Amino acid sequence: MLSVQDTNTPVTFSPELIGKFADVVSRYPEGKQKSALLPVLHLVQAEFGWVSPPAMDKVAEYLAIQPIEVYEVASFYTMYFLKPQGKYMLEVCRTGPCEIVGATPIMEHIEKTLGVKEGDVTEDGLFSWRGVECLAACGFGPVLQIGPEYTFYENLTTTSVDKLISDLKAKANN
Amino acid sequence: MGRKLLLEHINVPGINTFDVYRSKGGYAAVEKALKTLTPDEVVEEVKKSGLRGRGGAGFPTGMKWSFLAKPEGVARYLVCNADESEPGTFKDRFLMTYIPHLLIEGMIVASFALGAKTSFIYVRGEMMPQIRILEKAIAEAKAKGFLGKNILGTGYDLELYVQPGGGAYICGEETALLESLEGKRGNPRIKPPFPAIAGLYGCPTVVNNVESIAAVVPIINEGGDEYAKLGIGRSTGTKLISAGGNLKKPGVYEIDLGLPAEEFLYSDEYCGGIANGKRLKAVVAGGSSVPILPANLFLKTINNEPRLMSYESLSDGGFVSGTMMGSGGFIAYDEDQCIVRNTWNFARFYHHESCGQCSPCREGTGWMEKVLHRLEYGHGKMSDMDLLVDVSKKIEGNTICPLGDAAAWPVASAIRHFRDEFEWHVTDAATAVTRNYGIAHYADPLTVEV
Repeated sequence: MLSVQDTNTPVTFSPELIGKFADVVSRYPEGKQKSALLPVLHLVQAEFGWVSPPAMDKVAEYLAIQPIEVYEVASFYTMYFLKPQGKYMLEVCRTGPCEIVGATPIMEHIEKTLGVKEGDVTEDGLFSWRGVECLAACGFGPVLQIGPEYTFYENLTTTSVDKLISDLKAKANN
Repeated sequence: MGRKLLLEHINVPGINTFDVYRSKGGYAAVEKALKTLTPDEVVEEVKKSGLRGRGGAGFPTGMKWSFLAKPEGVARYLVCNADESEPGTFKDRFLMTYIPHLLIEGMIVASFALGAKTSFIYVRGEMMPQIRILEKAIAEAKAKGFLGKNILGTGYDLELYVQPGGGAYICGEETALLESLEGKRGNPRIKPPFPAIAGLYGCPTVVNNVESIAAVVPIINEGGDEYAKLGIGRSTGTKLISAGGNLKKPGVYEIDLGLPAEEFLYSDEYCGGIANGKRLKAVVAGGSSVPILPANLFLKTINNEPRLMSYESLSDGGFVSGTMMGSGGFIAYDEDQCIVRNTWNFARFYHHESCGQCSPCREGTGWMEKVLHRLEYGHGKMSDMDLLVDVSKKIEGNTICPLGDAAAWPVASAIRHFRDEFEWHVTDAATAVTRNYGIAHYADPLTVEV
């Protein structure tokens, strides 16, 4: 299982990743490169699976801002993972409209199927899951999305969730 | 059958691509605006249309545009608020997914009207597929000469970018959105100054919802006066309603404002009635932040007039017997749904999403969630309902942004209309909890005392 022991592992940003950073920064007026912070953190997370302190320090260095400016943003928004997660993060909407059409049983089924509590990582490092607040697909609940691609699934049943999980396992093993 | 101004071509195969969208008359509003109108004339058409902001506040869009300061030598910005995350609301995701060029066309026309050379679509970070769709559509529009330098040879330049959020409901509030776009936490700013004077990077900025910007396209194509003929009273034009909950036909519908609520709910053209042969118990008409209404008050006003799907009719009766149009996020509850459980669920949402900047909101939303939690789990007291109303009153109107109000109104209205159900959760807790959770959950210890 992945753990927070990896917290201080140094990171290196590849030239490709730096190129993507530069593309984002070019959207904003000169001197306003801090606007790139959220998109850049998304890019870092897509690359490494989470945003570690060393990665945040390097982002601060790249954007010429203080590390605390990166930490306060990363900790404010729910999408940035401050500890390692499973390769696939299953996020189930648990808010009102999804709840009344069965989100809770879906979350219970995922917990039972994966064998881990909300926020934990499966032994094989493949999966994490969590309940999240409104995913803006209220007419088609229950819904879930799967990171890192944020693919979206509607009108869930326990059967369709089983298939999703088995498909992801097969994908990871290929 | 109402007019379809936004969704007319929604079922056309390939309408998400530039070529198909163009073949259906797409980008005609850009040509008309940039080649035949001045920016002020575009603003005037939007004013004449009577369009009110479709994100929830309902402020007249043309008037908002006319407030934009225009100092010489200072950049002006248009920012589209696509941070849709109000429970019950999913119309903007729908528009961006299936007809992204409508939004892009609206952005070009609106940017031209406002004199913006750079515009942003701030999309909720979780909507990565929609971000990819928009970026592809922007690239297509640019390749065809509708974005970039010297658009259609008119001399007008515009760059349009998609900015992903990081997952925070509060960023749907316009000043929090601007903070986020500047790379900061989404803490709302104190107003004034309003964004029209000092917005993005301190420059004059207009922030509009996705649907509002999309509506600019038919307004320019048909003229503001023609648009204003649709609808009723000061509720002009069409409105997207995203309908969810216990409905036979949930989905996104475009209605002429003024449609009878009963027709919207029960006719086969729209929601088709309540699913599984159940009866309607309650309705949230405009997203989770608006007051909930029991079935009878949703269908008829306190004066026994038919309730209409319009800004004025839905708010008829104020917060005693009325509600709000809000974002058009419609949720129907059948007779089996538990109002206490739903109110707790919404309270948890607002507690989770409070940015924590204002004490009444930061602390109050947490208190409301905890009290509702203990009521739902069978540990409530008869005094809890008065306590909840008291806390909601202390939040309402005492915060920098409207999130505090949004958290308070669902709780206060649920107790106002369904107090007997809350009391039943106290007097017959075992039955109430068993119904919602199964008996195993009844023993769930509640450790928090408020």
